[in-house]
Amino acid sequence: MNGPAGNDAPAILVEDLRKSYGERAAVRGLDLAVASGRICGLIGPDGAGKTTTMRIICGLLRPDAGAVHVLGRDSAREPRAVRERLGYMPQRFSLYPDLTVAENLRFFADLFGVPAAERVTREAELMEFSRLGPFRRRRAGQLSGGMKQKLALSCTLIHTPEVLVLDEPTTGVDPVSRREFWRILRELAGRGLALLVSTPYMDEAGLCDDVVLMHEGRSIARGTPDEVAAAFPRRLLEVRGAGLPEALARLAASPRPGVKVHRYGDRLHVVHDDAAQADDVARLLAGAGVELHPVAPGIEDTFVELMAAPAGGEATP
Amino acid sequence: MNRILAVVRKEFLHILRDRRSLAVAVLMPLAMVLIYGAVMDMELRDLKVGVLDLDRSDRSRELVRAMTSSGFIVAAEHLPGREEIEPGFRQGRFLAALVVPRGYGGDLARGEARVQVLVDGADASTAATVANYLQAVVATVNRDLLREAGLAAPFGARTRIWFNPELVSARFVVPGLVALVLMMICALLTSIAITREKETGTLEQILTTPVTPAQVIAGKVLPYVALGALVCTMVLLAGKWVFGVPMAGSWWLLAAYCLLFIVIALALGLLISARSPSLRVAMMAALMVTMLPTMILSGFVFPIASMPGPLQVVCRLLPATHFLVVLRGIMLKGQSWFPLQTAALVVMAAVLLTLAVRSFRLRLE
Repeated sequence: MNGPAGNDAPAILVEDLRKSYGERAAVRGLDLAVASGRICGLIGPDGAGKTTTMRIICGLLRPDAGAVHVLGRDSAREPRAVRERLGYMPQRFSLYPDLTVAENLRFFADLFGVPAAERVTREAELMEFSRLGPFRRRRAGQLSGGMKQKLALSCTLIHTPEVLVLDEPTTGVDPVSRREFWRILRELAGRGLALLVSTPYMDEAGLCDDVVLMHEGRSIARGTPDEVAAAFPRRLLEVRGAGLPEALARLAASPRPGVKVHRYGDRLHVVHDDAAQADDVARLLAGAGVELHPVAPGIEDTFVELMAAPAGGEATP
Repeated sequence: MNRILAVVRKEFLHILRDRRSLAVAVLMPLAMVLIYGAVMDMELRDLKVGVLDLDRSDRSRELVRAMTSSGFIVAAEHLPGREEIEPGFRQGRFLAALVVPRGYGGDLARGEARVQVLVDGADASTAATVANYLQAVVATVNRDLLREAGLAAPFGARTRIWFNPELVSARFVVPGLVALVLMMICALLTSIAITREKETGTLEQILTTPVTPAQVIAGKVLPYVALGALVCTMVLLAGKWVFGVPMAGSWWLLAAYCLLFIVIALALGLLISARSPSLRVAMMAALMVTMLPTMILSGFVFPIASMPGPLQVVCRLLPATHFLVVLRGIMLKGQSWFPLQTAALVVMAAVLLTLAVRSFRLRLE
């Protein structure tokens, strides 16, 4: 896998990646592949190792073990060669608030060594694309959250990278801007870029082509969003209605073996294995003012179920 | 090279956008030259002295006249009696009192005259100066009397002060301000600029581009070298035009030593920013490590020779101490050979630069 990337080789290839900070293991044996033209979602809670993985892919951190290749180049050995073809957007808004939109773009173009003529056309293109054109002369610090993210994205796109690594780009952004941002990401994938996007939002998982669920430094599930949802090994009952607190209290008062209850806002998901258990729960909740329906599991259900299960395959204390 | 220029360009934009900090960096040193130059005048003029002449003879009037004709002392008032001395001190009407006892003229003829000098010790340094003036006056009168009697004074010292004959403090202060300004801009501002970039996460963002850490640092540091050189020139010119601070030696030599000192200050700034977890810590550290010692322990304001032994050792470890010796030597004496100071400064620059580069590498990984 060390040779130059062929047409079918993944743009990002991570094999058995490991990284510890002193005693604490951040990534423990992660495998990952992102193909050109696809959006791969790296999904997991804070502390799952998403940021560490991304920093290693960008060559900012050295891995303890494992291999990371971007477009056929080793990120640890040739970080600069990798960076010339990769765009990375860290989690925090990291542009200069006292510089204008145009000045920020210009700075990154210069750092990437974009020739002046190309810079001008590229900048016009990005302004059009991100709809930041009318704000060229505005200081970055005075932009709204969504516009800041679009500017940060534009800065990472100024050198026409082939691979884009975005660390939680929509965290703290309003829903309308989030949708707009994902529209832009989809457009970029359509142009053939490989995108690795991390997010703590399960609803964004459905917007990806592939997802990797990450927990405690490992991937616990991978595939298309549908495949991951279908990987849910058990059955699900959804409980809704005005009597939700009453239902929750009854379920808590008499726990059933093998039955788990998760609360998602205005509904409960009751995880079980067979019809007998479902009938048992239905009897328990009769008259509590709730409705019960069997539902198809989503990614979030899979995630919660797999997170709670002992990690398969590898030895854990 | 283009990447360094890109960082330089961006850094200049930061400096120009932050008008307030720029104003402080440029105006504060100038204000300091003007204020220190004017205020730190060590001379006292028109001192008010109360005179209690109990003798009222020609001889006693002669003494009072000798005292007031020096220009430094004006007799504030002739006191009617001893009981007036204390209220005079308390009300601040005079800082010293001269008491000429009854029979002074007669005693003088017999060669055993005495006068009393009382000094307000509340302000110790003024008191010492006043006492010195008054003793000098008495000595002068003594010498004149001896000459009158046809006798030569057995012993006398004539003091001449070289290089700064009028002891103008501006000449002494301006070199110190140069050191202070360079420390402030090159160490304090640089460490703030780098730590800020670390804290806001932009450093991480920049390092994902093909730029190397060394290029980033070079680009960030160069604008501050330029700013430091500019302000430093302004301070020197202000000293020359406003206070007539001389330039006895070579401007080029001066510039060369300033550059050496700038390297030291930058290394300190880098070291501080590499070791500081936050902007606040960096600012405090820069103030404690660079500005305060430069002001207090370098011989800028307080003479090192008058400090206790262990503190003198600390003073010798400060780059500013050696830099000041060189600056004053070049500007006031036209000196051009400083083997000891040069060695000390070069060693300090080498050590600090090595430390700074090493700790920066560690932190960026």
